[in-house]
Amino acid sequence: MRYLLVEDNLELAEAVTKRLALDGHAVDHATNLAHAEDCLAAASYDLILLDVMLPDGDGRDFLARSRAHLETPVIMLTARSQVSDRVSALDQGADDYITKPFDFSELEARCRAVLRRRGGAARNEIALGPVTFDLLAGTLQRGDDTLELRSREIRLLEVFARHPSQIMSKSHLMDRLFSYDTTVTENAIEVYVGRLRRRIAPMGLRIETLRGLGYRIETGAP
Amino acid sequence: MIQSRSIGKRLTLLLAAVAALLSVLSWAMVTALAREASQRTQDNVLAASATTIAETLRSEQGEVRLELPYAAFAMLGAISEDRVFYRVTAGGVTLTGYDELTPPTPGSAGQVVFETSVFRGAAIRMASLGRAVLAGDEPVLVTVTVAQTRDGVSAVADDLSSLAAMLSVAFFLLAAALSALVAYTSLKPLNEIASAVSRRGPSDLRPVVRPAPTELAPLLLALNRLMDRLRQSIRRSEDFIAEAAHRIRTPLATVRAQTEIALRMAQTDTEREHLRQIIRAVDESSRSAGQLLDHATVAYRIEDLARDTLDLATLAARTVAALEPTASMRDIRLLLKADTAWIAGDAVLLENALRNILDNAIKYSPEDTSVTLQITCDATTARLSVTDQGPGLGLAPFEPLTQRFQRGENTADIVGSGLGLTIAAEVLQAHGGRLELSNAQLKGGGACITLVLPLA
Repeated sequence: MRYLLVEDNLELAEAVTKRLALDGHAVDHATNLAHAEDCLAAASYDLILLDVMLPDGDGRDFLARSRAHLETPVIMLTARSQVSDRVSALDQGADDYITKPFDFSELEARCRAVLRRRGGAARNEIALGPVTFDLLAGTLQRGDDTLELRSREIRLLEVFARHPSQIMSKSHLMDRLFSYDTTVTENAIEVYVGRLRRRIAPMGLRIETLRGLGYRIETGAP
Repeated sequence: MIQSRSIGKRLTLLLAAVAALLSVLSWAMVTALAREASQRTQDNVLAASATTIAETLRSEQGEVRLELPYAAFAMLGAISEDRVFYRVTAGGVTLTGYDELTPPTPGSAGQVVFETSVFRGAAIRMASLGRAVLAGDEPVLVTVTVAQTRDGVSAVADDLSSLAAMLSVAFFLLAAALSALVAYTSLKPLNEIASAVSRRGPSDLRPVVRPAPTELAPLLLALNRLMDRLRQSIRRSEDFIAEAAHRIRTPLATVRAQTEIALRMAQTDTEREHLRQIIRAVDESSRSAGQLLDHATVAYRIEDLARDTLDLATLAARTVAALEPTASMRDIRLLLKADTAWIAGDAVLLENALRNILDNAIKYSPEDTSVTLQITCDATTARLSVTDQGPGLGLAPFEPLTQRFQRGENTADIVGSGLGLTIAAEVLQAHGGRLELSNAQLKGGGACITLVLPLA
């Protein structure tokens, strides 16, 4: 997927770009509204992440101005937690908003929700052998068979699917799956992996346990 | 506010007082004139009567003689039924009439002198006329005195006076009514401006544009300047809060994002644990900053509460939609069972309150459970309950949980600032409602937080 990130703080922009790139997304970064307009004129994006406070204006005003000809879904990045700020962001035509600092998992979840709601042309699929994993719809497709996954199953499977040959340690999975404000035992990971393993078995996908090391997905492909 | 007497009342009273003074004055003048006029009439008749008698004086064989003509008394009878007395003296000796009647000292010859006196217990008016008559060789001074009681004359004067009094009262009542009308009419523009300003919503700071009389123009100008300054000052402080939040939270976001990336790359469990702790610290400080800002906003908005008519169910649905992605990350389902419930209040504040409660419910819920929102109404109140399947509120008293920076005893190691419930409780109090905390009665139930609000 292709993102346009409009954010004037270079360190934050760099971190977000890097993090999204780790998941295989392409990110263009604009540091101000004028730059963003150039980007929008030159390329098409699946999603725009728009900061509210930019050096050459208010992101919400920009959105209100360009909403008429801008089809792309927009998620606002706001520093304020005040409800009135959020409400006005939505009034100006934003699809959703997220408060800085944000959890990447939450950002991903919100992006997915927005793209699903818009039902546009955006595609985010990973091929696992004969199975197609649609991250936006949260489905596995093999021929005519479709399996719907739940939010956490999608995220867990995504971790495996992005790195099909890699061994994922329990500790690594823990970080990807749970927010940092709750303490989870590695036992919980075992439970979740076990559950996912049973869910995706009918589609011919297997999760292999490597004792003492972690887990790895087997797609059944040669 | 120190309230001095109303201008309208003052104006009415002042005008009425002037009218009262004028009424009394005019009554007094009419009464005095009536007395004067009737007095003069009586005096003229008395003088004519005395003159008529004096005309008959003659000298006969050295003696003064006279006749009492009928006409002299008849003319007195014509003005009233009053009793008539007379006395004629010649050189101090009574020729005819009442001896006791003491005539006033006559003036120069031919001049009629009048006097008011009391005779036989009745007030009388006397007219006395002196005339020199030759009796023999010597002129003798003859005094003719005619007197009449004053009952009839007074009665006429009193009648006129009471008529004048009635007219004065009528005049006063009319003037008082007109005073009130004048006061109302002249204060009307002021009242119109006042009601135009007070009808405005709490955040409407536009200048007042209304035609105003010259006297009110400076006041209106000052009011508009004040509103302008207030608007600028509010905008400045809002801008300042926004800027401060932006400056604090953007670097925090950078730290968090970089830490998450480092966590992805980390090789050992010790490294991971350190990085996790950084993220937790960032979350905690950003959450506290957010709630402190929220708390400031809430306090400011409560000062001048908006009272819009809102559907609690729509508001709940909107809040649920905003938190759905967060909840789904932990496979928590948000279930809303609600019918329309109209309430009056500030949508921003109520949404903030509900959001804080829902945030808590999601945070403390075990994964793969549900949080149920339900609205029930009775005759006067709407109750929105949020029930989770978490550990509940424990056994300690719940009351302190709504106080600032208080946290429950079983919150373990979940990040929180202790302001969420405080904000919610304050918002509900400002709306005339309350926050009820309990542990759900159902099996597997956790905390149940209920927002109680009066129906619109």
